[in-house]
Amino acid sequence: MAKNTPSVPGQDLLQGLSNPLNRRSFLRYTGAGVAASALLLAGCDDDDESTDNMTGGVNLGSGDVGVLNYAYALEQLEAAFYTAVVALPNFNTLFTSAAERQVLTDIRNHEIAHREFFKAAITSAAASQIIPNLTPNLPADALSSRASILATAKTFEDLGVAAYNGAGKLLTNATFLGIAGKIVSVEARHAAEIRDMIENGTFASGPAGITAGNIVDANGLDVALTPAQVLAAAQPFVKEIINGSNLPTT
Amino acid sequence: MNIFNILKEVEKVDPEVFDRLDPRREVFKHFGGFGKKLVAAAIPLAFGSMLNKAYGQNTTSIRDVLEFALKLENLEYYFYKRAADTNIFPSAAGKTAFGVIRDHEEDHVNFLRQAITGLGGAAPTTYTDANFDWTAKGLLGNATFTDYGTMLAVAQAFEDTGVRAYKGAAPALISNDTVLQAALQIHSVEARHAAHLRRMRRDMANGVANLKPWITMKDRGGLPPEFQGIYDGEDNISQGGVTITGTFGGITIDANAASEAFDEPLTVAQVNTIVTPFIA
Repeated sequence: MAKNTPSVPGQDLLQGLSNPLNRRSFLRYTGAGVAASALLLAGCDDDDESTDNMTGGVNLGSGDVGVLNYAYALEQLEAAFYTAVVALPNFNTLFTSAAERQVLTDIRNHEIAHREFFKAAITSAAASQIIPNLTPNLPADALSSRASILATAKTFEDLGVAAYNGAGKLLTNATFLGIAGKIVSVEARHAAEIRDMIENGTFASGPAGITAGNIVDANGLDVALTPAQVLAAAQPFVKEIINGSNLPTT
Repeated sequence: MNIFNILKEVEKVDPEVFDRLDPRREVFKHFGGFGKKLVAAAIPLAFGSMLNKAYGQNTTSIRDVLEFALKLENLEYYFYKRAADTNIFPSAAGKTAFGVIRDHEEDHVNFLRQAITGLGGAAPTTYTDANFDWTAKGLLGNATFTDYGTMLAVAQAFEDTGVRAYKGAAPALISNDTVLQAALQIHSVEARHAAHLRRMRRDMANGVANLKPWITMKDRGGLPPEFQGIYDGEDNISQGGVTITGTFGGITIDANAASEAFDEPLTVAQVNTIVTPFIA
């Protein structure tokens, strides 16, 4: 039986967050923005031994393990972001409501739980294929105000929901699918709450932001995105180039 | 007339036409490309047709799952239809939120009906308000649409149940990418609803203090004990053999956080037990 063992993966992530050299200007999700950011990152090759030099980045791999690595990558980013938010020296002044601080602390804990689950599950299933710790690359002002923190959180949460919604069909193992289902509804609860914190009543309405159209479409369906779409949107937030080209497509 | 209708005619003569034309997975790949060209409203009908072709004898189980979902969505829709029309909301925001949720549930009903229709065979079950018992066999008396706290409690009960119901059904749909993804896309909308209902119950006058958008252990958040079945099993802190609690990078994940981080599924039988009091 695999069991999570205490470890300190968050430290590398936090160091990444606190290093101003790793920060880049915020790029919106226009096609041009994504393309430009990819070029910028491609021009900043990282010689970190944990990256895949053959492809110039982190290769998520293929099959179910690739999909788990994909989820692990997203959970790493989310966990690092909320860890940084809750650790802010001015957290109490940015968020004067104790209830809101509790929400963000809870979400941090949930994302850490998700991250550590994937770390343990992938290590158990295919230890040699697990991706390394990623280095977050938050926009310079992501942690500067309540509004910017919530805006970044909304992007992460809506993107996470869309990612899991699109990735479920890529899994062949029903157990993994079941667990992905257990996680995605919690991400959706996060997304709804963050949206309501920005503007009460927007839990499931209004523009998606991460893709064209509304977050819930005319059939009452939430957004589902392919790994390629999600990685294009997530790439600006991570230093390493993430390569999802070997992931399954059906 | 589209290619599916043509092939459907062929299939009457040769039930194996799709297997003969193409390996099963290839059929779905073709459908995936085709679907993008359809207007959104036509997708459920087309995917239902697709299922009928590719699944043959197995359409019964897919249909059962869709009919099960249809029943739950009708329960929700008719509840919100009545609720959103009441004037017991203390604020306009609450009434607006119920209208938003009502519209989503109506969309889900229509989507599922079209999908079932596309399967062929018998028409999807039609429900009306008269199919449901809003007193829950007397448990709630007449409070469901007259007492704001009760109305929100019923809403939360339905949404948290809906999340668990779709979650339980998802693995049964693993063989069909199109239906699985649609089910997941409905599932996360139900979870967004659930989170908002919980926020509304926290913030209402004499509300449930500290009620969170997520489920802590198996706490039913002030709902009547008769609703405990909605939350039983949510206190799971082990996933796929991995113990979720622990200390990571100096941050302790306790049992409360570990249980909140993963929602749990319910079986069809468990869901039916929960909703039976609301079925007339």
